[in-house]
Amino acid sequence: MAARFLRELGSWRRAAAGIGRRRGFSEDTAAAVAARKEGGGGGGKAVNLFTAINQALHIALDSDPRSYVFGEDVGFGGVFRCTTGLADRFGRNRVFNTPLCEQGIAGFAVGLAAMGNRAIAEIQFADYIFPAFDQIVNEAAKFRYRSGNEFNCGGLTIRSPYGAVGHGGHYHSQSPEAFFCHVPGLKVVIPRSPREAKGLLLASIRDPNPVVFFEPKWLYRLAVEEIPEEDYMLPLSQAEVIRKGNDITLIGWGAQLAVLEQACEAAAKDGISCELIDLRTLIPWDKETVEASVSKTGKLLVSHEAPITGGFGAEIAASITERCFQRLEAPVARVCGLDTPFPLVYETFYMPTKNKVLDAIKATVNY
Amino acid sequence: MAPWLVRTSSQLARRAASRLLSPSQHRRHRAPAPWILCSVPPVPRTSPAAGGGLREFCSVRGFTGESSAAAAATAEDGLAGGDLQELDFPGGKVSFVAEMNFLPESQRERINCYRVLDDDGRTVSGSKFQEVSKDMALKMYSEMVTLQIMDTIFYEAQRQGRISFYLTSHGEEAINIASAAALSMDDIVLPQYREPGVLLWRGFTLQEFANQCFGNSLDYGKGRQMPIHYGSNRLNYFTVSSPIATQLPHAVGAAYSLKMDKKEACAITYFGDGGTSEGDFHAALNFAAVMEAPVIFFCRNNGWAISTPTAEQFRSDGAVVRGLAYGMRSIRVDGNDALAVYSAVHTAREMAITEGRPILVEALTYRVGHHSTSDDSTKYRPVDEIEHWRTARDPISRYRKWVQGNGWWSDSDESELRNSVRHELLQAIQVAERMPKPPLTELFTDVYDEIPSNLREQERLLRDAIKKHPADYPADVHV
Repeated sequence: MAARFLRELGSWRRAAAGIGRRRGFSEDTAAAVAARKEGGGGGGKAVNLFTAINQALHIALDSDPRSYVFGEDVGFGGVFRCTTGLADRFGRNRVFNTPLCEQGIAGFAVGLAAMGNRAIAEIQFADYIFPAFDQIVNEAAKFRYRSGNEFNCGGLTIRSPYGAVGHGGHYHSQSPEAFFCHVPGLKVVIPRSPREAKGLLLASIRDPNPVVFFEPKWLYRLAVEEIPEEDYMLPLSQAEVIRKGNDITLIGWGAQLAVLEQACEAAAKDGISCELIDLRTLIPWDKETVEASVSKTGKLLVSHEAPITGGFGAEIAASITERCFQRLEAPVARVCGLDTPFPLVYETFYMPTKNKVLDAIKATVNY
Repeated sequence: MAPWLVRTSSQLARRAASRLLSPSQHRRHRAPAPWILCSVPPVPRTSPAAGGGLREFCSVRGFTGESSAAAAATAEDGLAGGDLQELDFPGGKVSFVAEMNFLPESQRERINCYRVLDDDGRTVSGSKFQEVSKDMALKMYSEMVTLQIMDTIFYEAQRQGRISFYLTSHGEEAINIASAAALSMDDIVLPQYREPGVLLWRGFTLQEFANQCFGNSLDYGKGRQMPIHYGSNRLNYFTVSSPIATQLPHAVGAAYSLKMDKKEACAITYFGDGGTSEGDFHAALNFAAVMEAPVIFFCRNNGWAISTPTAEQFRSDGAVVRGLAYGMRSIRVDGNDALAVYSAVHTAREMAITEGRPILVEALTYRVGHHSTSDDSTKYRPVDEIEHWRTARDPISRYRKWVQGNGWWSDSDESELRNSVRHELLQAIQVAERMPKPPLTELFTDVYDEIPSNLREQERLLRDAIKKHPADYPADVHV
């Protein structure tokens, strides 16, 4: 399996330059979007997203001797290089390869976490997380509740790369976050940039609840941003307004934020002022920030790569309609993936691209 | 088509036909026909198959040591021994042979079963076992009886409608108590659900059992799970969950943690014969072997997974043979022999901890009770089979004969014990039944470490609904 992914990784590196254009904007702008400063914290060295993840893992292992990093191929640095150097520095007892078995990785991690450790497990691709679904849904998520807090596996964090990458086809492209958002007891976190990735991952690792942490693999190398070199955390369950506006609220997470930002820029040229929110934590999610924004703008657009039907956008649309019905001036727009399996040569057709978003912004504002 | 392929298919056809003709013959008991087909001419060394392609990732060497004997043997068959080689392959050297040998599907004889006590409770001559002191022996016996009485009374309580569900360990009392007795309190137990005796041994009181079954305010699980889903942090007994075999990978993680902490302790996890079919079983055994985790996998092979007999569960010789495939030591033990179970687990524990390795224990037993109170097992298995195991093979009577044979137990001790346990249980049930249910607030706690805003909002809405429609909700839950 390692060999297979290494081959793929190599071709992804070559293809990375083309991805931005295929998605409807240039690579430079994508990096610029990701580099957008968020409030607080001085900048450090400019690093890409996988390096930010790697820094967070170094800090997590360094700051807590009861923390462990493991998964398929993590020993040599991982197929996306996120675990580079960890085994050398912290030893093979704390950073190690596991057999190729996702349910084993998740189950092992639950047991390790239940003994008071920080178990940081990697599922190599979110597309392959489903064999671990039972362990995550029936075991990790219910561990505390079913025991009346006699036991918990709160030290568990499952990292997994998700989302489109330009040529990943069915099984290297999916965004399965909505499945996990239906599970009380889990937290689901998705960062949009290197700075966010480091701060949110450290917060997830240290959060006393099991967290599924999806990393936008499209941005691993593409997004570069100055980030603090030191240990820092960003709050979970707190959305962030990353662009102020008055005419419409746009919500997304992870890699889709870059697309939404592009759409905001284009809309601005047409005189439409968009407010852009990064949800950051999908469950339990920050309804208040979204509600406050929609109360101001009166319009809402939700966008994600996952298929539209049953996607987490539907939950946001329903909740905000309940809360802001009187203030809404148009139906909530959803610009999402199609209800097809993730298609290889049709990827551009499938994706919620900038112009699809832009059209939906205009239609909603002019409703 | 190569001649051996023809032979293979005709052989397969013959085997299939013989199976059809004699369906009663269990294939496991038949001496397996080794799949030795015929000698194949050696491939010349210059051929592409033996050439560069292989050398790229392994070295190919001539015979040395014992493999030269094999070379001589094949030479007698008219093969040139010098053409055969061995392969340096990850995991060690692999010898090439000229014969195409398929490994048989099973050993000629079934794996034997370790036993200490015979059916009459006498130690089998020549049997080696871990000595048990009088105190320990009597405690084991008392707890086996206690477990049996607890099962009987809780089962009746369910039949009377006082608790919603129950599941007995009848027939598996020796497994429960003797395995627990061989452990130390620092060992971590990850149970399935037919091992309450382990918890009993560790000091869970009858009142604590009753509180859980009634789901009252003293139930550690706060009334959230069905009866028999016990758990205790104090006693290192992870809370039972219903899904089968999910606890096995947890046990590997827990054992790995013990090893990293350099604790003199292991993890033990229990499961049934049905559980060995789950993916988590394979995942856990493989992980444990690779990670050299000090964990005991204890399989209670009781013959039945609800209504599915082992013949429809697996074609291997039970669970014990799986150990070898994962690179793990394993033992088959008479699960109705308390001394054998005790000795096997005691030794398994020593090996697991001192050598840092997993051990697989398969205990042969029989589920004398129905699967649960939702099951009537007479619908799928003969009553006389159940009766035979309930009486002639009962683990408690067999162990009692040994204890009594040592002069440690009398009939009056027996009636005193049974009376006092019964009395204590009835008392515990009365107390548990009168105890209030956990309050409504506990519905929303422990989903996370802190209650998030969506749950606070839902609690508020629920309380409004309760105010409007109080009759819709149970009166015994304090709101």
